[in-house]
Amino acid sequence: MRRVPLVQLAHARSGDKGDSANIGVVAYDEEIYRIIEKEVTSDRVKHHFGSWVVGPVKRYELPNLCALNFVLRGALDGGGTVSLRSDAQGKVLSAGLLRMEIDVPDSVAERTAGWGRVPDGWTPEGS
Amino acid sequence: MAERDVVRLGGGQGFWGDDLEAPVRLVEGGPLDYLMLDYLAEVTMSILRKLRSRDPSAGYARDFVALMERIWPACVERGIRVVANAGGVNPQGCADALEEAGQEAGVSGRTTIGLVRGDDLMPRLDELLQTGHEMAHLETGAPLSSVADRVRSANAYLGAAPVVEALRLGSDVVVTGRVADPALAAAALIHHHDWALHDHDRMAAAILAGHIVECGAQSTGGNCMAEWWSIPRLDIAGFPVVEVEPSGAFTVTKHPGSGGRVDRASVTEQIVYEIGDPHRVVTPDVVADFTTIRLSDQGRDRVRLEGIRGAPPTDFYKVSVAYAAGWMAAGTLLYSWPDALQKAQAADAQLRRRFERLGLKLDAINTELVGWNAAHGPLAGAPPADVPEVQLRVAVRSADRRSVERFSREMAPLVLTGPPSVTAYAGGRARVQEIMAYWPALIRKDVVDPHVRVEVRPV
Repeated sequence: MRRVPLVQLAHARSGDKGDSANIGVVAYDEEIYRIIEKEVTSDRVKHHFGSWVVGPVKRYELPNLCALNFVLRGALDGGGTVSLRSDAQGKVLSAGLLRMEIDVPDSVAERTAGWGRVPDGWTPEGS
Repeated sequence: MAERDVVRLGGGQGFWGDDLEAPVRLVEGGPLDYLMLDYLAEVTMSILRKLRSRDPSAGYARDFVALMERIWPACVERGIRVVANAGGVNPQGCADALEEAGQEAGVSGRTTIGLVRGDDLMPRLDELLQTGHEMAHLETGAPLSSVADRVRSANAYLGAAPVVEALRLGSDVVVTGRVADPALAAAALIHHHDWALHDHDRMAAAILAGHIVECGAQSTGGNCMAEWWSIPRLDIAGFPVVEVEPSGAFTVTKHPGSGGRVDRASVTEQIVYEIGDPHRVVTPDVVADFTTIRLSDQGRDRVRLEGIRGAPPTDFYKVSVAYAAGWMAAGTLLYSWPDALQKAQAADAQLRRRFERLGLKLDAINTELVGWNAAHGPLAGAPPADVPEVQLRVAVRSADRRSVERFSREMAPLVLTGPPSVTAYAGGRARVQEIMAYWPALIRKDVVDPHVRVEVRPV
């Protein structure tokens, strides 16, 4: 087993509803989905965010899309228009979750090495 | 399948402020039957109401009128019908302005405007509260009466039905106030395919299609994390087009030659965007089950979605209420190397002692060191060593306007009176803003529906 950051295994998008945020986490394939479904529990996500999220975290599964959906209550310092944070609408909570590190089999760690991060030699000209 | 059986719907604006050229590219860049434009975020209604209180003819998205003047001739020529929630708190005023724009654009006699009203609960709010409609806060359970004197806007999220009715009556450009975003798009599909409103699976398909297009390029490669660096030409991003079949199955795509990318990743990120329980995605027209979606990436910017199931809708509309909840302001300063982080932290400590000595009544103070912890707070970990620069951002809120106004005068003096190597104060004073808090609630549909009005007028 090897410990790798979630950003190597999945991509994600987050947004707001009142003072709650949701984070949809999408595994890059089915093998990875089965791993993150086991590892990335609501308790673990709650612990990961610490004081940044004051309410409970609830998880929903969408195996049909290889995705998990986390609903984080009390995640936005009062909600989109009240929050004093730069990220008042929780748009980058998704990236924050992908900082989490989980254990995966060596074979998965090897074949996903470098995923989720800009490859060496990339330049902005091509985009 | 015969070509005529497929209806093409494009999403041309994901919010008020989105790419002004995107709807033009959708109309001119490939086949399209319907263009959906979303202008209303949660707080937009309160802003529009403030504008209307100063000018009774205002209160709608003026951008939409300017856009229609530009694209209307092409829409008429190609038979593209438009649905937009640009009416804000003054759909009537929007339609009036639109009529003039149509004359300017030379489409008189060849097109019609449909108008959907009845979402605005503000004129009836006292009566509703007095007759037992509590509109309790969906998260806290508090009754709306506890903030009734501070309410600035209250709108029900209408469903697809009145928009379908406007299209059925022959409207070419339908203007609404608050309609649930996906329902606005769904209405075009329901009308075109003549689907029954109680056909829950097809309603779910229509709502899913609406959900895919309602945020513009967010389903075609914009804001997509999966190999974002390889997504081509977002400067000319193709906004989403759904090709919807009579069965409800549909393909997400974009016009040929446009930028961006439609694939499993870009579409899935949008499917899970701003949802709660995926088994019960509650909309005015249907409760959709997103766990029943079957997705297949067909390559070449085409993703097919099918199989979604729906259950009967609830007896309630969601209501979005905006109420005044105090004042806020945020100010920034830039600190440079050496010891940028420590300087910014010292300046923050200095500020907080000033607030105390001045007796400012602040309900919350939030300090961010941009470059270290603004995006992710405690997740950012230990401060990076010897950063080249950091931006100090301090934000406050208070029920007391004068305290926030005084705060806005306290950042600038740090330039001469605080730690050294500080700059970027040219933006001036932190702007004091009134906080419009959001109050989500429910209201019975049978209280709202009798007030919904649909009309069609020629241009």
